[in-house]
Amino acid sequence: MRRRSRHLFAVTALLLSTAPCYAGGSDPQEFTQIERGRYLTILSDCASCHTVPGGNQPFAGGRAIETPFGNIVAPNITPDPETGIGSWSDEQFDAAVRKGIGPDGSRLYPAMPYNAYTKMSRDDVLAIRAYLNTLTPVRNAVTADTLPFPFNIRTAMRVWDALYFQQGEYRPDPSKSAEWNRGAFLVDGPGHCGACHTPKTVLGGDKAAQYLQGSYLQGWSAPDITNDARVGVGKWSKEDLVSYLKAGHNRMTAATGPMGEVVTLSTAHMSDPDLDAIATYLKSLPGKTGGASPPPARTPTSTTVGATFAASPLALDNPAMVAGGAIYRDQCSACHGLEGKGIEELFPSIAESSMVRSDDPTTSIRIILRGARSVGTRAQPTASGMPSYGRELDDSEIAAVLTYIRSRWGGIADPIASKQVSKVRLDTELRPD
Amino acid sequence: MTTRLPKKDVVIIGLGWTGSIMANELTGEGLEVVAIERGPWRDAPTDFPPTYMQDELRYRVRHELFLRPEQLTFTFRNKMDQTALPIRSWGAFMPPNGVGGGGVHWNAEMWRFLPSDFVLKTHLTERYGASFLPDDMTIQDWGITYDELEPFYDRFEYLCGTSGTAGNLRGQIMEGGNPFEGSRSRPYPTPAQAQPFSHTLFGKAARELGYKPFPQPSGNLSQAYTNPLGMKMGPCTYCGFCEWFGCSNYSKASPQTTILPYLVRKPNFTARDNSEVIRINLDRSGKRATGVTFVDTSGETWEQPADLVILSAYTLFNVQLLLHSKIGRPYDPVAGTGTVGRNYTHQTISTVNGFFDPKKFNFNPFIASGAIGMCIDEFNGDNFDHGPHGFVGGGYMGQVQTGARPIESTLVPPGTPKWGAAWKSAVKENYLSTVKPGTGVHGSFYAYKDIYLDLDPTYSDRFGRPLMRITMDLKENELKQNRFLTDKFAEIIKAMGASKLDVQYRKGPYDITTYQTTHLNGGAVMGSDPTTSVINRYLQSWDVPNLFVLGASAFPQNAGYNPTLTVGALAFWAATAIRTKYLKSPGRLVDA
Repeated sequence: MRRRSRHLFAVTALLLSTAPCYAGGSDPQEFTQIERGRYLTILSDCASCHTVPGGNQPFAGGRAIETPFGNIVAPNITPDPETGIGSWSDEQFDAAVRKGIGPDGSRLYPAMPYNAYTKMSRDDVLAIRAYLNTLTPVRNAVTADTLPFPFNIRTAMRVWDALYFQQGEYRPDPSKSAEWNRGAFLVDGPGHCGACHTPKTVLGGDKAAQYLQGSYLQGWSAPDITNDARVGVGKWSKEDLVSYLKAGHNRMTAATGPMGEVVTLSTAHMSDPDLDAIATYLKSLPGKTGGASPPPARTPTSTTVGATFAASPLALDNPAMVAGGAIYRDQCSACHGLEGKGIEELFPSIAESSMVRSDDPTTSIRIILRGARSVGTRAQPTASGMPSYGRELDDSEIAAVLTYIRSRWGGIADPIASKQVSKVRLDTELRPD
Repeated sequence: MTTRLPKKDVVIIGLGWTGSIMANELTGEGLEVVAIERGPWRDAPTDFPPTYMQDELRYRVRHELFLRPEQLTFTFRNKMDQTALPIRSWGAFMPPNGVGGGGVHWNAEMWRFLPSDFVLKTHLTERYGASFLPDDMTIQDWGITYDELEPFYDRFEYLCGTSGTAGNLRGQIMEGGNPFEGSRSRPYPTPAQAQPFSHTLFGKAARELGYKPFPQPSGNLSQAYTNPLGMKMGPCTYCGFCEWFGCSNYSKASPQTTILPYLVRKPNFTARDNSEVIRINLDRSGKRATGVTFVDTSGETWEQPADLVILSAYTLFNVQLLLHSKIGRPYDPVAGTGTVGRNYTHQTISTVNGFFDPKKFNFNPFIASGAIGMCIDEFNGDNFDHGPHGFVGGGYMGQVQTGARPIESTLVPPGTPKWGAAWKSAVKENYLSTVKPGTGVHGSFYAYKDIYLDLDPTYSDRFGRPLMRITMDLKENELKQNRFLTDKFAEIIKAMGASKLDVQYRKGPYDITTYQTTHLNGGAVMGSDPTTSVINRYLQSWDVPNLFVLGASAFPQNAGYNPTLTVGALAFWAATAIRTKYLKSPGRLVDA
């Protein structure tokens, strides 16, 4: 019986897809436009939100996107006329992608990064449309309005847009190279890197002054990706960045968590010139300390809950360092090595990892607690993993070993207090990911 | 009720080493390949995490990674006039289960067989005369030569990143390697592993006795390595948990660390785990396989049709599936007819434990890898004149101690009480100063007329199929060989400075209850004569040409080495024959 109803459903879907319907002005013969749209869909990482991971219905929506305000479910963007975008006009599609306005005139939530996609041209967006039109239409009705009051009032987004949304295509900076401009366009436009890597205000808008200096989302801290030497990618070469984005691995570290997904679905499929352009652009960003210079003395911040301020590395005979060192030798050194250098492209070098020393230790703590899996790519199929130590080590032990790692091998980062670990443990315990 | 699945180009039975190699090679031809594996999916970082993998009780004592005899077992007897009984707890060998197969839990010793091993019957007859061999010995040539197999040994070594010292590089004997090995076209991909104290001491003692010791070739890597598929491996950390355990340090070569992550990315590859193939299906002529029938964990039966069937399970399961599928003629030892089940062999293993003065020797024996060791090869194969000794065969020997895991490493000198305070203090006193080579003498096991596999007349499995019956014993030739080798080995352990020796000869009758090795061979052997072999030199079934049977079941008899490198090389060899010959013209690759 179940099989039969599925057949009926398939027939209905076929009828619907062949029935005359409005699917924009694109011509299914327009190979150049469709191919360009396919690539822009990769650059824009549409699949990350609009495809349920592990599912077999690409772009059919249904994935819950976690925001600080509640979950938003990504809609179906296949050309199904009733439940997808098949009946939208080009105008409506462009308005949704670049202006954040839905087909009925309502405001979209900025979980859809229209504030970044606005940097694309209308041609770009219509190329994406042309590509999406070639996909199998999937009938999958998605209820997107899942936010609690008061966030469910979409008109409130007018205020948000007025505060944070700057509409307009990318305007090249004539004083910079073509490559730099391409990089800036990719990072700020389709790539929407700031969606995760730029810190957010309480209303979820970008803190523009801290552009790409690292943020927190979905149980992970997204690192600073400016050229800052201590917490950013200042010590990475351009090749390191390209390798990371293309292969998911480089000589120091590996992509995991949400960034692993970005690599798998998006950056691993980007062209080499585009990856070079992204690297060139990111390496040009001075970051909070003005580039690859040594860090100035810092003052304690509110994020370092319960930890003492470290202006210099902790002494090796500090009790936390002694305990952390012992745990490190026992539990970590087999893969990461006694000197923390790891194995290139297999086990991250925690001696050189800026993530390990970032101001927000959430990701480091989370990886020790829950383990992590790197991603397999065509260039690097291995997809090595780190086991979970959440059962093996208690909060104070994890704090000690992390304090040790952050203060060793030239690192200067705040010690970690056991309650910081407890907070992440509590926060991640019930997470499905 | 059997559900028929859409047809594939190739169905592979068993996703261990050979299944993985073949799947990768044939998907490389653009074929649609499905691999069906009886056990679970296993993945290095999630299934073998270093946080709990070093659990001797769970993995070693309680056999976590192995097939449960309740699911499938065999019956056993020593002699043809006995009644066989079912094996209810694994002993002499450990049947693997799950993705990666034996490649997960092996020690990763990576030996090539000697050139003379492949032409054994011809070689021994020419040198010693036919009457030198026992009457009931049924050894034969392989139908393939070392030189033909060399490029494929090389491919498997480079797939695995093998660490070793070449002994014969393009015909030139190299200092520090095994001078008896066949000529190799390239050095090992990575240098030999550094050797701990007791292994080094063995090498020194052997050298002083006039032997040429060399490091055992190892699939536990001495340094980081990237294989030809782009898979990354890390250096071994000498944790001492290789055999019986999986490795998550990416330092032991396994399908998981060398092939599978690459393979599973291919859109024309599919794997089904927890699915037990119960039959290879034939068409009405009985000369062509149409696919396989398998059962999933819900008891549902499925048919997977395919143009080409690759049987790549463990030795015993290969033979059993042939018997159950009625492919080939079952071996009858009385009439001397049939081939399936014939020339079943094992390995002749013994050891000598050495007890040293605790005040002078601290071996830190727990520092080791699965394939660590210093070995000599003077007494292997036909590397020495057997004329005066009255036996054929031999083996390598060495200090190949793979660690000192606490539960099984409580050796005490002969004469110590077996329990109580005296035993405890002896364990404590001797733990660090005892040499326990494990499989220190690694002898060959030749084939005999009345050692074979067939279907049991009494016991059946959960599908009602007869269990397979093992008839296995140790013959005088192997016992003589073992006494000779073990005595030579004891001399070296003594020369290391041991104050007491515990010499453990292999004795008959063959014991199914205590672990020897998992090196079971034969039963579906390769050869050039269909009356004495199940498969031809390309591992293709004589009877069903669209069936290839991979694995050590192809060995006509066993050499004095660990089998895996030869198993892997034969898989590459067969895959190449399929790619370059069979696919162009499907049919018999060798005229019978």
